Amino acid sequence: VFLCRPLSMASRWSLSLYLVSKCLQEIMKWNGWGYSDSRFLFNKKGQAEFTGKRYRLSGLILPSLKDWFEGTFGANLQHRSPATPSLNLSAVAPPHLNQPFVEDLKAAGLSVSHDPEDRVFRAHGHCLHEVFALREGRIGRVPDVVVWPSCHNDVEKIVELACKHNVCLIPYGGGTSVSSALECPREETRSIVSLDTSQMNRILWIDEKNLTAHVEAGIIGQDLERQLNERGYCTGHEPDSMEFSSLGGWVATRASGMKKNIYGNIEDLVVHIKMVTPRGVIEKSCLGPRMSTGPDIHHFILGSEGTLGVVTEVTLKIRPIPEYQKYGSVVFPNFQQGVACLREVARQRCAPASIRLMDNEQFQFGHALKPQVSSIFTSFLDGLKKFYITKFKGFDPHHLCVATLLFEGDRGKVLQHEKQVYDIAAKFGGLAAGEDNGQRGYMLTFVIAYLRDLGMDYYVIGESFETSVPWDRVLDLCRNVKERIVRECKERGVQFPPLSTCRVTQTYDAGACVYFYFAFNYRGLSDPVHIYEQVEHAAREEILANGGSLSHHHGVGKLRKEWMKESVSGVGLGMLKSVKEYVDPQNIFGNGNLL
Amino acid sequence: MASRALYSPRHPVLKKRDDFEDVLEERRRSSDLRYALRCYTPTLYKGLVPCKVSMLKSIVLQSDHLQCVIKQVSSESGDSTECVAEEASLILDEMAHRMQLSTVRFFVFTLSKAFKRLFRSVCVNEEGIQRLQQAVQEHPVVLLPSHRSYMDFLMMSYLLYMFDLPLPVIAAGMDFMSMKFIGEMLRMSGAFFIRRSFGGDKLYWAVFSEYVKTMLRKGYAPIEFFLEGTRSRTCKSLTPKTGLLNIVMEPFFKGELFDVSLVPVSISYERVLEESLYARELLGVPKPKESTSGLLKARRVLSEDYGSMHVYFGHPVSVRSLAEGKIKRSQYNLLPRYIPQKPSVDTHEFLNDAAFRLVRIQEENMVLKPWVLIATLLLQNPDGMDLSSLTEQTDWLRHLALAFGAFLDWPDHEACSEVISCSLALHRRLLSVSAGHVQLSVTDAPQVETTPEEAVFQRAVVVLSCASYRNQILHVFLRPALLAVAMQSANSSRKDDIYNCFNFLRNMFSNEFILCPGDSVQDFEEACYLLMKRGVLQVLEHEIVMSASGQSTLAFLCSVLEPFLQGYQVVCRYLCEETNENLTEKEFIPAVRSFALKLILAGRLKCCEALSSDLQKNALAALLRLKAVRKVKVGDQVTLKVNKIAVNSLEDTMGKSDVISK
Repeated sequence: VFLCRPLSMASRWSLSLYLVSKCLQEIMKWNGWGYSDSRFLFNKKGQAEFTGKRYRLSGLILPSLKDWFEGTFGANLQHRSPATPSLNLSAVAPPHLNQPFVEDLKAAGLSVSHDPEDRVFRAHGHCLHEVFALREGRIGRVPDVVVWPSCHNDVEKIVELACKHNVCLIPYGGGTSVSSALECPREETRSIVSLDTSQMNRILWIDEKNLTAHVEAGIIGQDLERQLNERGYCTGHEPDSMEFSSLGGWVATRASGMKKNIYGNIEDLVVHIKMVTPRGVIEKSCLGPRMSTGPDIHHFILGSEGTLGVVTEVTLKIRPIPEYQKYGSVVFPNFQQGVACLREVARQRCAPASIRLMDNEQFQFGHALKPQVSSIFTSFLDGLKKFYITKFKGFDPHHLCVATLLFEGDRGKVLQHEKQVYDIAAKFGGLAAGEDNGQRGYMLTFVIAYLRDLGMDYYVIGESFETSVPWDRVLDLCRNVKERIVRECKERGVQFPPLSTCRVTQTYDAGACVYFYFAFNYRGLSDPVHIYEQVEHAAREEILANGGSLSHHHGVGKLRKEWMKESVSGVGLGMLKSVKEYVDPQNIFGNGNLL
Repeated sequence: MASRALYSPRHPVLKKRDDFEDVLEERRRSSDLRYALRCYTPTLYKGLVPCKVSMLKSIVLQSDHLQCVIKQVSSESGDSTECVAEEASLILDEMAHRMQLSTVRFFVFTLSKAFKRLFRSVCVNEEGIQRLQQAVQEHPVVLLPSHRSYMDFLMMSYLLYMFDLPLPVIAAGMDFMSMKFIGEMLRMSGAFFIRRSFGGDKLYWAVFSEYVKTMLRKGYAPIEFFLEGTRSRTCKSLTPKTGLLNIVMEPFFKGELFDVSLVPVSISYERVLEESLYARELLGVPKPKESTSGLLKARRVLSEDYGSMHVYFGHPVSVRSLAEGKIKRSQYNLLPRYIPQKPSVDTHEFLNDAAFRLVRIQEENMVLKPWVLIATLLLQNPDGMDLSSLTEQTDWLRHLALAFGAFLDWPDHEACSEVISCSLALHRRLLSVSAGHVQLSVTDAPQVETTPEEAVFQRAVVVLSCASYRNQILHVFLRPALLAVAMQSANSSRKDDIYNCFNFLRNMFSNEFILCPGDSVQDFEEACYLLMKRGVLQVLEHEIVMSASGQSTLAFLCSVLEPFLQGYQVVCRYLCEETNENLTEKEFIPAVRSFALKLILAGRLKCCEALSSDLQKNALAALLRLKAVRKVKVGDQVTLKVNKIAVNSLEDTMGKSDVISK
């Protein structure tokens, strides 16, 4: 892919820095997504470009983005809504310190800070309302102290002291939450301590006989992958946030990676988890690959969203780096045909490492991100392709949609696999549309968060959300949710039709994961974030009414808590609550997520 | 009882209604043939999946739902699946429409001719048409016309063609099928036929519901059906049926459609074509079987003047907004959607409530002609009225009706007497006017020799014909009238007592009139509000007091309900006095009829409306519902077991007046 995905395997991630600094805010934006040096902007000529040097898209001009942006949102480059340039330290409330606790921490030799920038940086995830408030310079409740443990024992010490002094601990990994999970609960009166795991970032050992690695949970995805790559291995776990999200965060939210078809989701990857709770350390006694020892205690930890303790160390499965990787794409005349094809691929259990189906709006979005082509020949070829698909094959440009593919494995098998998938696609009217389109599709997921910041500079706000749903309901759910979004926006006085688009991002035997993007132009609205939240709420109601799940991998946090009971039944919720009550009776891990 | 604070009366008076335009005007000026052959390019649904009639059939037969039911039926009956599938295919052949534009054009041509002869004008609210044009594009549409005449669905299709709207497919009763040629013609113009009763037939239900749902999901065409199930012989709206409503809502419940628009349509006639036919039917002359030759004989009707006709397309009602907060769609999450599910209790309640509300909308948008007021007055004065007093009282009644929100089509710049004489002329077959005295009477060829029974019968035909006009305005007066009667029988001015009486009457009459279940308090408050606004009542905190000037209004309102009270009392009296142990359900109607006839002949009963089988059926249904009568199956006969004490006490509560003199 263009961004953070160099083509040759050896140089993967080579452009990024090790994110081990305690002062993340020095290289990352305090009020937006990603690295400070990387952002979209419209230059003086009104052309979009992407700054910095980290990504393959960096420094390139994107000639069609402006037209797409203005056309889709009714936005105008003259109408700007810039962010507050820097953090106003006086807006940050002074820390409410529990002095004896802080002194005990210092006495134990732990690294502690109550610097306002450190605290603000760890007070939020990347929900729209969080970033919007930061851009406006509004700072709500932030943690009072930040503490950096550097190993499992440090965490044990911190948790022990937290219990002793009754302070509230909020574990912090990569800060990429989109469920309000990192927000400090308003009703919390105790001192709030952000436990930043970023210094626990070592691979402790690699076991090549069993193909496992034992890793500290604070490690960031790209660092883990790069360090394993250096030894010839990978985990294959690549969530879209992997540049910034942490291993412990994946475990705590039940993360899902793009290539789960080969490597599995996080719950399939973990062999052993160590978590520090107020009751003590929870872990299994061996590294057996599967056990029948009552309900799997890992499943109390996976998805616990920081309410029970801190994940400190994880033993993960690793794989040798695949010999060959190939992108691909297929154009379908319409979304229905595309979904039918994905369903058939799932039925035959021959899904490539990744297979995603973008709807028409998202296909056009992807097209708007095509960089300027340097040679006349390429642009001629592009024109020819377009002509072939729309004129010769009769695909309606307003209905066609694209599936993007990523194959991995040894070369011979990949080519064979590729043929099998394209043959299935052909049965559903799909035409192979080249590697380039495939790559660009995957790029979209990495740049979308940067693009949101660009939108927010011009009165456009938006977000993504996801669900999982049985196959037979995929089409109905996609249509109904998209239409609900459009209708809710209209009813709430949004002046221009919103961008309401979806893609099927994962296939399973019994269903699929669907991802929605939703954004609109908020000029003329007095409380855009509130309207945004109402619409997202309605969209979630629509998802649930159409047989979709509350979340496939983003988690519940505080954003979706209200639907937990409906989702897992009263008894189910009671079970979780009683676990919480046993493990953490003082509610030390009081981030208020989930329950 | 709700407190005063809960007063939130609906404001029927403030209801804004659209203007009408006469669509026949243009027809009278240009060629019908050219019109029938003109280019027809209907507005289409945005999500339309183009699909031929023949395709439709195979989609239905191959649907997961039908396949699932076929397997079920086959394993229950032991027949092979092929055999059951074949049966399903035959059912579908019998049912399906075969719409083709050429037949529609033929109908357009002939109907243009016919309508111009029958009606002075056919008035349509064009704003309603515009709303429909919008709705048709957005979501699949279900048209829900009222049903007073065979003309209804012909007129609907005619109008939709006229306004370049997609032609509907229409659920019609199987009885039409027996009219060989006409049945096929109707089929080719979009009618599909359903058996009148198929209660336990799983396969039939599956084919039928899948057929309707498939057309809806594909956006094939608007679905049209009659909520009331059949033509109302009394011009009163009938208690709605929910079966088809459930079918058209289910695709929304199950997420297969984003929304469905329901469009209530109110069709009203100044003179109903079937007027006296209905009256005879209600009096026990069986309805002639629909046959083509019968229809030809009905040509006589073509030579008469039926005044004007009004069609009002109501605001589309979104199923999504109706169901908001009432239907938990996630209840369908745990079962594959093709497996048929009986509606849950909640769903059933919702459907019932929605159906009632839709019929109420139909009622409210029904245009009322001056004759309706006159008929009401003439029925209350069986000995006739002087023209001058009729004029005066009609004018009074007109203002009362308007104050209660009636949708009255009263000519603007005409003197009241002029309007009345026009109405009398149009309905002269029901009247005699001599020396300024107007009276309901039989003007048909006077019989030489008539038995007393025949005389009563002939009079009853006129009364019931006339009542069918009064019935059109009943919904306007119903709630205040129930309150008026309640005040009369409560023997107290305490609000609670009056409410209890009101509630009792409302309950008693809920098979007779459209009274939304659960709306008791709201109806009571509406009645109070209307009468208070009219200066008839004062509603205090715990009391309701009649104003000095309110007497005449209350008396009028009581008389509106009088025939029904009397009719119900006759039924109760019959059940208490005359029945033996073995009264079968079948015998009930004829037996009550002859009991009422006896009372009339003996001079003990004045009211002919007690002879109406509709009223008798409704009364029985109410008694069954209130458990004063039970149905018991003995052999293959259903007999009625009467709890005489309960019936007696209901009769007593209904009215202490002795309408039936001993």
